[in-house]
Amino acid sequence: MSDILDILASAGLWAAVLRIATPLIFATLGALLCERAGVLNLGIEGIMTFGAMIGWFAVWNGADLWTGLFVAALSGMVFGALHAALTVTLGLSQHVSGLGVTLFASSFSYYLFRLLVPVEGTPPKIIPFQPLHIPVLSDLPFLGQAVFTQTAPTWLAIVLALALAFTLFRTPLGLAIRMTGENPHAAESQGINPMVIRYGAVIAGSALMAMGGAFLTLSAFDSFIPTMVQGRGWICIALVVFASWRPGRALAGALLFAFFDAFQLRLQTVMGGALPYQLFLMVPFVLSILALAVMARRARVPQALMQPYRRGER
Amino acid sequence: MSETVLDISQVSKRFGATLANDTISLSLERGEIIALLGENGAGKTTLMSMLFGHYTPDSGHISVMGRVLPPGRPKAAIRAGIGMVHQHFSLAPNLSVLENVMTGTESLWRPWSDRAKGRARLMEISARFGLKVSPDARLGDLSVGEQQRVEILKALYNDAKILVLDEPTAVLTNVEAEHMFGNLKDMARQGLSIIFISHKLDEVMATADRIVVLRGGRVVAERRAVETSKAELAGLMVGREVKRPLREPATPGAVVLEAKAVTLREGGVERLKAVDFHLRAGEVLGIIGVSGNGQAALARLTGGLARRSAGEITLFGQPVGDLSVREVVGAGIGRIPEDRNHDGVIGEMAIWENGVLERLPEFTRGGLVDRKAGMEFARRIIEGFDVRGGTPASRIRLLSGGNMQKLILGRNLIEHPKILIAAQPARGLDEGAVAAVHERILAARRAGTAVLLISEDLDEVMALADRIQAITGGRLSPPVRPEGINARQLGLMMAGEWGAAEHAV
Amino acid sequence: MRFERREHIPPALAVLTPLIAVAISLALAGGLIALAGAPVLTAFGKIITGAFGSKLAVTETLARTAPLILTGLAAAVAFRARLWNIGAEGQLYLGAIAVAAASAHLFGGLPGVVQIPLLFVTGALAGMVLLLIPLWLRLRFQVDEVVTTLLLNFVALLFVSMLIDTVLKDPLAFGWPQSVPVASQAELPKIIPRSRLHIGLLVAVVLAFVVHFIQSRTAFGLQSRAAGLNPSGAAFAGVPLGRTLLLVAMLSGGLAGLAGAVEVMGITSYVTTELSPGYGYSGIVVAMLAGLNPLGVVLAALFTAVMFVGADAMSRSLAVPSYIADVTVALSLLTMLVAIFFTQYRIRR
Repeated sequence: MSDILDILASAGLWAAVLRIATPLIFATLGALLCERAGVLNLGIEGIMTFGAMIGWFAVWNGADLWTGLFVAALSGMVFGALHAALTVTLGLSQHVSGLGVTLFASSFSYYLFRLLVPVEGTPPKIIPFQPLHIPVLSDLPFLGQAVFTQTAPTWLAIVLALALAFTLFRTPLGLAIRMTGENPHAAESQGINPMVIRYGAVIAGSALMAMGGAFLTLSAFDSFIPTMVQGRGWICIALVVFASWRPGRALAGALLFAFFDAFQLRLQTVMGGALPYQLFLMVPFVLSILALAVMARRARVPQALMQPYRRGER
Repeated sequence: MSETVLDISQVSKRFGATLANDTISLSLERGEIIALLGENGAGKTTLMSMLFGHYTPDSGHISVMGRVLPPGRPKAAIRAGIGMVHQHFSLAPNLSVLENVMTGTESLWRPWSDRAKGRARLMEISARFGLKVSPDARLGDLSVGEQQRVEILKALYNDAKILVLDEPTAVLTNVEAEHMFGNLKDMARQGLSIIFISHKLDEVMATADRIVVLRGGRVVAERRAVETSKAELAGLMVGREVKRPLREPATPGAVVLEAKAVTLREGGVERLKAVDFHLRAGEVLGIIGVSGNGQAALARLTGGLARRSAGEITLFGQPVGDLSVREVVGAGIGRIPEDRNHDGVIGEMAIWENGVLERLPEFTRGGLVDRKAGMEFARRIIEGFDVRGGTPASRIRLLSGGNMQKLILGRNLIEHPKILIAAQPARGLDEGAVAAVHERILAARRAGTAVLLISEDLDEVMALADRIQAITGGRLSPPVRPEGINARQLGLMMAGEWGAAEHAV
Repeated sequence: MRFERREHIPPALAVLTPLIAVAISLALAGGLIALAGAPVLTAFGKIITGAFGSKLAVTETLARTAPLILTGLAAAVAFRARLWNIGAEGQLYLGAIAVAAASAHLFGGLPGVVQIPLLFVTGALAGMVLLLIPLWLRLRFQVDEVVTTLLLNFVALLFVSMLIDTVLKDPLAFGWPQSVPVASQAELPKIIPRSRLHIGLLVAVVLAFVVHFIQSRTAFGLQSRAAGLNPSGAAFAGVPLGRTLLLVAMLSGGLAGLAGAVEVMGITSYVTTELSPGYGYSGIVVAMLAGLNPLGVVLAALFTAVMFVGADAMSRSLAVPSYIADVTVALSLLTMLVAIFFTQYRIRR
């Protein structure tokens, strides 16, 4: 019991929560944006992988870190456009198209990585984002260590969550996106082109997913390892449901998940092998499934989610 | 005073082999109400879709206030002052009323939405035209009538000068409909011009200043409401003598199906509230009502798709528990679903598979489907019920609505069922197919089948039913006989006024 | 420009579709090979010789085909009933570990004739069980099974990793995390001696015919197709949706579990976390390439196996990463999706 309290009282835990949450925040916001417009984007896992690879590669090749993040976002947009072409223009199954994008984006990133980076014993490293020192705040006792030791992209993710919430609920564009996800025919009868809105949402959302992936190689870690995304994309898809398609709740959900993850990591070391480590690693996946089961009925799903829109067809 | 606001000139539109609109011309004056009258498939909806920019005309042009409307651009139509109220509302149930109204009314690149201004404008319009609505309510929580009001407000919010309503009363109760037409006349007095699409003669005569009759994609007549009659309009609309089959008198047999105080609760909602009815062999019991009042629940309950929450059902004199679909079909109950495409058929499967699916156990030997017998069964239906446009092996999706319905009728009637549950059996069919369906139902009645006819079409029920009950809010009225009652009284029954049904039979 | 649904799909087009899709994906892969600076035609030549060039190569390719047929069938039967089982990878691992455990601790003493069928059933059962969880969640709470089956893949792999680290760890493996081996009499007989080609391939091909028979001739096949194409129409016709989906899930999960069993009993004889190079996910591609037709699955699985085995050989002699196989297979899924679309629709103006 006192072990648990010790963990909760350590600044390191809380610092880790924000760090672990960051890629989830980026990618969940991306998935949320796509789904608000009516498109499920299961390309997420592969897009994150590609973002992690290409962002890292850009920096390794001499670009600065922000450029790396930007390159990752661009790559996400390309894959987003691909997914949109399949699901919006052609109206194909969003499930299968998304899986196809994931399979392609991840295998393509491994291929390019092998091609571009010479094989060495240890994977090559870059110098990642460093903690951002915020005057006064970072020097606070405990809080300074627990909260204000994050890198800049973490703060960017939190700002983006607020920005997305504002966009969706307070701007004409956000209303158009939500209407497209609820009833594209209604959107069209009000002079909005649902195709354009869906393309835009999927492309922008995919950029966010890729940035989430890039955070892994540019901030949380310093090199690219295939399979490093480790199902985070699927967890984000579950988080969107958990968050009832609201950015604020997505932020809270990502933090909650990260808390469990950070906590189990520390619990593992404390328990010192009393339980197999794999049990702890299962926690986020099992939690995601539980969250889906609890929230699936309560959540107000965008009514046109997964329904292709074709003009003049009802 | 006469100022032309809309001029449709020589517009044509072809879909594949059918000419949906054939050089149609039409003009609308300021403050005028025009009714566009015609049967299903006459081309009304196509014409209005072109007006609103959903379709591009093949030839001809449309001008509003003297300016030609660019074709195929909904946005241009909105800007020109055309507001469309669709039959299936273009609304989002999860968004608020204000959000539904404001969508697309501001530039998408505005950094924030001016809701205060939007709300004030909505309230002002709402007050001016007497269309009461609460802006923050979630749309999905409103009644159908209120949702329609939101649709109209949405058009007015967009500065509509011309309002187009596609079958506005299809989903309303009589009371709601009267109220709505009152509103429309008010709006016309305030200078709006209105076109409404309808195939109901009563409302057309009562509301419109001018009536344009469409048939087979052409304008066949134009009349001022004061200079015509329902009889003339009916003739013009159909283009030939309306000959619906006549029900000859018959003596009903024993009670085959009886429900006593049956209640059906689903997800906390009482769809049916202690309903009583009985059905005799060789008679047609008509259930009338505005859609959404429990008809679907009644059809599902009798068709083996729902379990009752309370009450008793007796089948052929024996009390029965909750029967499954297979048991229902096995007991000799035929079912015609309300929504053909959604429930009645599986479009991508073959005609023969659609024919045998609900009686699959009869066509299965040791787990294997007897394909040959299934094909033979389908062939018998196709021949016996004059199904055109397909062979047993072709996909059922390729059949027209009327032929699909004939197949559904056939797979039920070919085995001479003791009971037939027919939900909206003639909905969406053209006049010829309607007559064929009605003829089949009456033939089954002659053969001793008990028919439960659930329909929104008063004419249909009056023509076919021996007794009529109305369904309102999940309750069934006592039955009345069609001979002693007129359409107005039936309308009152559908609105929940059961006084007319005092002399129950 | 708009798309118009075709009334009739020309039969020739339906047959050509996968071929066109594969050809386009190969052309795109050719571009990637060129990007690596390798001669494209030579590379393709090496892929072909790598997969078929010698007796060893042929047996290797066919040995790889067996699990792909099974996971392809698993996806095909599920997808046809619109049950989106993306969890074949996890089901495969669970089937494999169940077989290792059962052989080591339950049936180890039994002769092969008895033990092998018992282990097949064990593996299939394990796969089924894992798919029943997402099915239950879907039927009970309307949870999208795509996400749950994906998530369960990770849970299953971690579970297997835990077992081979602890209770099922092979004590003779010098601390390597690998499971106890299956009994020697449970190892599948070879079709060709001293190769890796075992009778699992025959089992898989026979099952493809069995599944084809089930789908085209039985009442269950008809009902599962109806349930997939139009659930509310099927329910109206009295198809028991829950029961039908349950049977579909058991069939699908069972086939994926069997894939794991066949791999362990035929190739590795013990389980590691590297047992499958993504057979479960490739199975989805195989099923789609086959147009969900069980017999087509056999050919699509062969194509996929050729790509994997051939690309491995090719990358050894040319500086092209062997991931080119994964890329090509993934691309063929995307091109197939587009190709299917154009068999159903045509472009107007």
